[in-house]
Amino acid sequence: MARYVLHPQVGLREEKFGALAYHYGNRRLTFLNDDRLVAVVRTGGDHDDIEGAFDAAGVPAAQRPAFLVVLERLRAAEVVTCE
Amino acid sequence: MRVTERMAQGLDAPICLTWELTYGCNLACVHCLSSSGKRDPRELTTSQLFAVVDELAAMQVFYVNIGGGEPTLRPDFWELLDYCVASKVGVKFSTNGSRITPAIAQRLAATDYVDVQISIDGADAPTNDAIRGPGSFGTATAAMQHLHAAGFKDFKVSVVVTRDNVEQLDDFLALTRRYAAQLRLTRLRPSGRGADVWDALHVTADQQRTLYRWLLDHPDVLTGDSFFHLSALGEPLPGLNLCGAGRVVCLIDPVGDVYACPFVLHEQFKAGNVREPGGFTSVWRESSLFTELRQPDSAGACASCGSYDACRGGCMAAKFFTGLPLDGPDPECVLGHGEAALLRASARPDTGPGHSRRGPILVTLSRRPSAEAVG
Repeated sequence: MARYVLHPQVGLREEKFGALAYHYGNRRLTFLNDDRLVAVVRTGGDHDDIEGAFDAAGVPAAQRPAFLVVLERLRAAEVVTCE
Repeated sequence: MRVTERMAQGLDAPICLTWELTYGCNLACVHCLSSSGKRDPRELTTSQLFAVVDELAAMQVFYVNIGGGEPTLRPDFWELLDYCVASKVGVKFSTNGSRITPAIAQRLAATDYVDVQISIDGADAPTNDAIRGPGSFGTATAAMQHLHAAGFKDFKVSVVVTRDNVEQLDDFLALTRRYAAQLRLTRLRPSGRGADVWDALHVTADQQRTLYRWLLDHPDVLTGDSFFHLSALGEPLPGLNLCGAGRVVCLIDPVGDVYACPFVLHEQFKAGNVREPGGFTSVWRESSLFTELRQPDSAGACASCGSYDACRGGCMAAKFFTGLPLDGPDPECVLGHGEAALLRASARPDTGPGHSRRGPILVTLSRRPSAEAVG
């Protein structure tokens, strides 16, 4: 099972609404508007797979497909990498 | 709550911070927002600049937009750039290009975390030089050529849209692409010396409609959210479409004063100074001005307008410097409410000469004959 890890060139800054992610290479700013999504992105590398990150962040099973769609978008935007 | 609504209540640190390093400039553009010209003896010292960078790094400000004046005129400019990069604070700096030699261009191309923005205000020398001064178009395009030759991709070419250059949008895009750069368009504000030329140079209502359609057709062109007042024409333009002053945006001026945005260098919008105890961090987080700006907007005279949700009443600075109430229409309101309001406007605030090299700058604007009836 794959896992999503914060891109090495991305800085993550937590804010009241979630977090800002800034890519120092392509200089794009991305808004993450859900605290659980922020937790998944921030700690993705600490878990063996994405399910572990979902468990730790408290993402219910029913919402995981939607989270995976968002994570794929974040991968396309180079906010996270998939390994 | 939507992200933009949360943002309107302010962030722990700015997203977009403009930092003007000096009032010194080797040009005297007629619309200069900061009325630059002469250096100010009170400008921050090198160690004070470094202390600000330390704060920005601690606040996780991802990048700063450095400008002036002409920031590269400061002898410690390159040292500051290195210090920002070492502190992981990215830099985009605005320049007229006069110091971008081939050697400097190569050095910049080799540095991560640094982006360069060259300013022009016409797609040809006559149009540009009428605003920015003789020779300035040649200087700027030479700098673009040096950056391109050095392999610097996607540097920015920034244009203030005026009545005289709005017809050249396609030419600007073509010019920018020749140098593998990105075009950025911003709005002419009646701030600084811009107050003196705004009446003559701000785009007409027809031109605003053309500009709006052009921006919708060119979503890759950057605008720094400059034109959100045009969103009242229909489909919203890409961006946050809100006034970020004191909420997501602010400005540090060369003497360390912190203003709500780059377009309101006026006592009324000064939140504090980075040299005060607590530094920039406490100005951003605790100043009474910024706290007030983070309260929900009052739509005021715009409350009954069905487009208020689209334009949010427009630009605070444009209203302030044209003598309009802040809770009313933008002077360039696309529904025409601004023109009516301007007829009843208060006296415009005096912005004084600022740091201009001599009194009022006399510039002959090359104006096309106008078909509009006068008087």
